[in-house]
Amino acid sequence: MLSEFDQRLDYPVRDYDREALIARLKPLLPHDGLLSAPEAMRVYECDGLAAYRSLPGLVALPRTTEQVRNVLVACRDARVPVVARGAGTGLSGGALPFPGCVLLSMSRFDKILSLDPAARIARVQPGVRNLAVSEAAAPHGLFYAPDPSSQAACSIGGNVAENAGGVHCLKYGLTVNNLAALEIVTLDGEVMTLGGEAFDAPGFDLLALLTGSEGLMAVVTEATLRLTPVPLHARALLAAFGEARRAGEAVAAIIAAGIIPAGLEMMDQLALVAAERFCNAGYPTNAAAILLCELDGEEEDVIGELDRVAAICRQAGAIEVRQARDEAERKRFWAGRKAAFPAMGRLAPDYYCIDGTIPRARLGEVLDEIARLSAERRLPVANVFHAGDGNLHPLILYDARRKGQLDRAEALGGEILELCVAAGGTITGEHGVGREKINQMCVQFSQAELEAFAALKAAFDPTGLLNPGKAVPTLARCAEFGAMHVHGGHLPFAHLDRL
Amino acid sequence: MPTSTDSEVVAALAAQVREAGRRHNALKIRGGGSKSFLGRRTAGRTLDVSALTGVVDYQPTELVITARGGASLRDVEGLLAANGQMLACEPPDFGKGGTVGGMVASGLAGPRRPFAAAVRDCVLGVTLLDGRGRTLRFGGTVFKNVAGFDAFRLMAGAMGTLGVLLDISLRVAPRPRTERSLAFEEPWADSQARLGELMRRPLPLSGAFHDGKVLRLRLSGTERAVEHGAAEIGGDAGDLSVWTELRHHRLPIFAAQRLWRLSIPRTAELADLPGAQLIDWAGAQRWLASNVPTSEIREAARAAGGHATLFQGAVDGEEVYDRPPEALFQLHRRVKAALDPAGVFNRGRLWEDL
Repeated sequence: MLSEFDQRLDYPVRDYDREALIARLKPLLPHDGLLSAPEAMRVYECDGLAAYRSLPGLVALPRTTEQVRNVLVACRDARVPVVARGAGTGLSGGALPFPGCVLLSMSRFDKILSLDPAARIARVQPGVRNLAVSEAAAPHGLFYAPDPSSQAACSIGGNVAENAGGVHCLKYGLTVNNLAALEIVTLDGEVMTLGGEAFDAPGFDLLALLTGSEGLMAVVTEATLRLTPVPLHARALLAAFGEARRAGEAVAAIIAAGIIPAGLEMMDQLALVAAERFCNAGYPTNAAAILLCELDGEEEDVIGELDRVAAICRQAGAIEVRQARDEAERKRFWAGRKAAFPAMGRLAPDYYCIDGTIPRARLGEVLDEIARLSAERRLPVANVFHAGDGNLHPLILYDARRKGQLDRAEALGGEILELCVAAGGTITGEHGVGREKINQMCVQFSQAELEAFAALKAAFDPTGLLNPGKAVPTLARCAEFGAMHVHGGHLPFAHLDRL
Repeated sequence: MPTSTDSEVVAALAAQVREAGRRHNALKIRGGGSKSFLGRRTAGRTLDVSALTGVVDYQPTELVITARGGASLRDVEGLLAANGQMLACEPPDFGKGGTVGGMVASGLAGPRRPFAAAVRDCVLGVTLLDGRGRTLRFGGTVFKNVAGFDAFRLMAGAMGTLGVLLDISLRVAPRPRTERSLAFEEPWADSQARLGELMRRPLPLSGAFHDGKVLRLRLSGTERAVEHGAAEIGGDAGDLSVWTELRHHRLPIFAAQRLWRLSIPRTAELADLPGAQLIDWAGAQRWLASNVPTSEIREAARAAGGHATLFQGAVDGEEVYDRPPEALFQLHRRVKAALDPAGVFNRGRLWEDL
């Protein structure tokens, strides 16, 4: 089980004088800023990937950059690993505590420091919730574009660590495309600003390197975000297809027509039927797949372009195309999509969400292969697909109480990720590698590439104490996992055409 | 991962890199040479990458093109245009020798930058020859990809100091169906107020520059969107060709002997500096033809919250880029050493001691 860290394959677990560290940290933090009792630390034992759990050694809750700096320096001196945590909504175990670590909770950095509508800039602390930024910007006709589905709860610091995307990222970009600057603290206690409000900074684009680095390089203590004007008008349509492959063809045709939708989502039959039963979105349950397409912009323009999308879908063989007649119906279309995950709860006690990205053109064959693997492992898989950007979320349904099902779900998940790599894609589109996909990194990257990642980490964190055992596997782990040779020659899914 | 770069060409380059590393020699990477005026003058033998030509893969419906580092930028843009697509970062073209690798390494974006994308936003993946002569693939060909550190984005603007770009996967965008140019004859102070208001609204803007006398705005999109936007904004109809001149640095100011580029926050106030000025990026990029002492110009840019680059006219040994604070500079050194431990590539191109 990957929730167990391995001394030899991940990072050495060292004994340290816990009482001495408590004595050093206590005066550096607010009176309620250090937790050491197991019952108080229990809520920090996992993130959104609740199957993996591990108790930290201590939990620190700083309020200022100076306090973060002090904690990091104390941990470096004591050689204690540090795991930073935002809101704990991550889905890949990135905030899973390393044994004995100091868990650095950034939840008290919860202030929006300034919002300048003319410059379209918001300066925020990393514990601010994603949605809170858009709420604060709304009176000015602005919003913060990245909108991961956890946006009501997830924090900006976590978004930076994961380079979070969202439903609208095809048009509006990922976190990295909407960031201006970061204040970071390294384990050596250096406080630096990467980037700035200007559109570039001299030298290397370290802001871009740090974004998505999953807490392995530094701790973010402030983020400067770029805001976007709220579009005038948004409209959506729903197209139903008799075959999933045809929905994939419609997606390619929409892109080929030069249209960049604000959102373009696909659901297969298992997913759409579950969502329909869950919240009556009005989905046609006889369809093999549905496509949801939203356009935004000036009203007449949106109406005209959505007519083009409707014609393209019909041409691709849609059995039904329905435009939302009003705002209520548009919201209903999306409510179904957003309910797809919770709706799985009615089909099975547990589900395991996979997060690969594939070139859109490979969708048909990848779905066929997933169906084959699903039958082989005797676990149903529902597919939800950010069709615009190729990000596929197969949801593996299982029952953890039944012996062997969790192991089978994990194995099937790994196979699906390797399938995504074989199709020319990647093992993670938006959830991050974290702890969960650490072994599959050995499939996607060569030994030399993993060494380069380790060297880049060491440029920020020479001790390796920041979030060990995550995101970048050691070569020892890859050797153990047995995937290095796979990269060199014996490829899985040899029957798939490679790019 | 697709790595279709010609293995013999790469092997020859890798051998030169390893040899230079062993001897602690520096190598100067050269594609078409169109941007050799950028950055500090560097010593070292030339590593000619012009044999790395051609497009490796292009699938318009995937919105991605993969080209070799030495591929002609003009050819690539021509191929994209023929398929109704473009690079959203609108890079300048300094002559027919310009390469895709040079575009990424220089990180220079055109008038569309504040409205669409930086060069780094267009890079989805690279195959890099590192300082040990190893071939590394970072990123990929898909837009959403968070596996591994985003070392590919780091290549944009690094001026070739981190390695040789063997091939590059670029995100492409559909070409707007129509464009329109609008003009307002007014001083910059008035334009600044106008832009402050326009930039807050969802308009199909794709360019905003002031040449000292006239504010010009460009609109891009569908016919209806551009029509509607133009009606909202007002102004006089203008000529679109000026945008091409601006993009490719062919307006008169770019002929200046000593030309500065100041990159500052869009709404910041910049102290008065003597010399001709062209204000692009709605205020965020200032081209300044001036012989004012370097320290004064750098100070003014910093005071406005940005930085100044001596874009052309540096004398031998003169620093071109503003220097980051010491801790950040040391971090640059460590990042460079992570990929190029012997300091083989473009030594001194960014700063004398990097």
